[in-house]
Amino acid sequence: MTQQTETFDIAVVGAGPAGMAAAAAAARAGRRVVVLDQGFGAGGQIWRHAPGTLPVADARPWMERLGSSTAVRRFHTSVVDLRCTDAGFVLDAEEGSSPYRVHAARVILATGARELLLPFPGWTLPGVMGVGGAQALLKMGTPMAGKRVIIAGSGPLLLPVAASLVKAGARLLLVAEQADFGVVARFGASLWRRPALLAKAAKYRAGFLGSRYATGTWVRSAEGTAQLQRVDITDGRRTETLECDLLCVGHGLVPSTELARVAGCAVAGGKVVVSESQETSVAGVYCAGEPTGIGGADLALIEGEIAGLWAAGRGADAGRLYAERAALRRAAVAMEQAFAPRAELRDVCTSDTTICRCEDVPRSAIDPSWSSRQAKLYTRAGMGPCQGRVCGAAFEFLFGWAPDTVRPPIEPVLLSTLVAAAPSEAAHP
Amino acid sequence: MNDTVRITVDHRAISVDAGTSVAAALLGAGTTSFRTSVSGTMRGPLCGMGICHECRVTIDGVAHRRSCMIAVADGMQVVTDGAGHA
Repeated sequence: MTQQTETFDIAVVGAGPAGMAAAAAAARAGRRVVVLDQGFGAGGQIWRHAPGTLPVADARPWMERLGSSTAVRRFHTSVVDLRCTDAGFVLDAEEGSSPYRVHAARVILATGARELLLPFPGWTLPGVMGVGGAQALLKMGTPMAGKRVIIAGSGPLLLPVAASLVKAGARLLLVAEQADFGVVARFGASLWRRPALLAKAAKYRAGFLGSRYATGTWVRSAEGTAQLQRVDITDGRRTETLECDLLCVGHGLVPSTELARVAGCAVAGGKVVVSESQETSVAGVYCAGEPTGIGGADLALIEGEIAGLWAAGRGADAGRLYAERAALRRAAVAMEQAFAPRAELRDVCTSDTTICRCEDVPRSAIDPSWSSRQAKLYTRAGMGPCQGRVCGAAFEFLFGWAPDTVRPPIEPVLLSTLVAAAPSEAAHP
Repeated sequence: MNDTVRITVDHRAISVDAGTSVAAALLGAGTTSFRTSVSGTMRGPLCGMGICHECRVTIDGVAHRRSCMIAVADGMQVVTDGAGHA
């Protein structure tokens, strides 16, 4: 298959808030910019909206800013390799089912985050989803009316998802926040400096006032034959069994750093290391938003704009944004600490609980004294299609393992894409 | 934008709103089991955003397509592992 190749000044990977702000800023500075995203359109996960529908109000100015810029937007496009050559950076991607390559002088990584999904007995049953997962599926048209739903896990995401599921007609039985009441209350009180966030939280809570909200409560197990039927919820003293159709569980977000790592960018504590200009350890590669540390859309927009300005050679214009970036980063650290998963969540993972869902590897097959690499070699854990994106974070939480090295392609592609991306002598044996 | 498209799910015809993802269309049609895992247990959508690969189905003859990342299209044929292959 012939490969389409295009050349730009700047390639932005990801069209969530960080990528949108980066691309708009760089295009406005006169650079030729392409934005590549796996999804259906701009907005990322937080501003996801089905094709033909309007995104939330917060997103519209940024949608407009990107839409009215000269930046070329390519969706349904997964970037699976990024490397530095003598002629600049090369990004190999799959657009739909077709290979696609971009040459760019500079790259901005705005690859976002994914949910922290931790193993418990029954979590592989159909009907158990991530919290953000359920939100995404709802936005893409999944009917929720009449469904008996439990939301569990941790963090601020639980509230908007609860409100939107109720609005969609679901029967929300319980929202179970694993963090203790004191922790949640202290975090809420700390938001007095950011009244807009407090107002949002209050609005979301008003959206599911008819449902119970419990703190210090988590899922112990899910049961059902062929699909979810009931869930055991515990506060560590008492366990309660609830019948339901859908269980949404998520413990916050994990930065998506695979593309940065495959390009050789330094990562520390799971976050891409960046300078004041959002540049990574690889000169010419910038990173903005959740991959540099979970901070939410407001921080992602600012980091994206800073990265876009610097990549476009207009770094002098970025200085006015630094103070707000610093304040938002401090708030992000407080949130991460408040909603960190409690130790008891390690104990719910029993010996026959599946840890690696792609390769069906149970907890009992894993020796905690191993590394991620050893688990791969001995059990295939982390070698399936998700490439350790789900189990990797679980291994880190359970055993403190660092993720294994990343190799291209960073996610599964069609063979025809691999052949097209290979050097020509390899493509014609 | 409420145009509908017609697709088949395991050889059964359904109508869904244009713009719906294949995963959402399947869930709406009552399909909860999308694929069979390597040890034979049933799986359905988990992450909803293309990370986990649990929602893989066969779309128009191409296996292992992430149904949460693809929108329905008129005439699309979707086959899951759940209902067997007729």
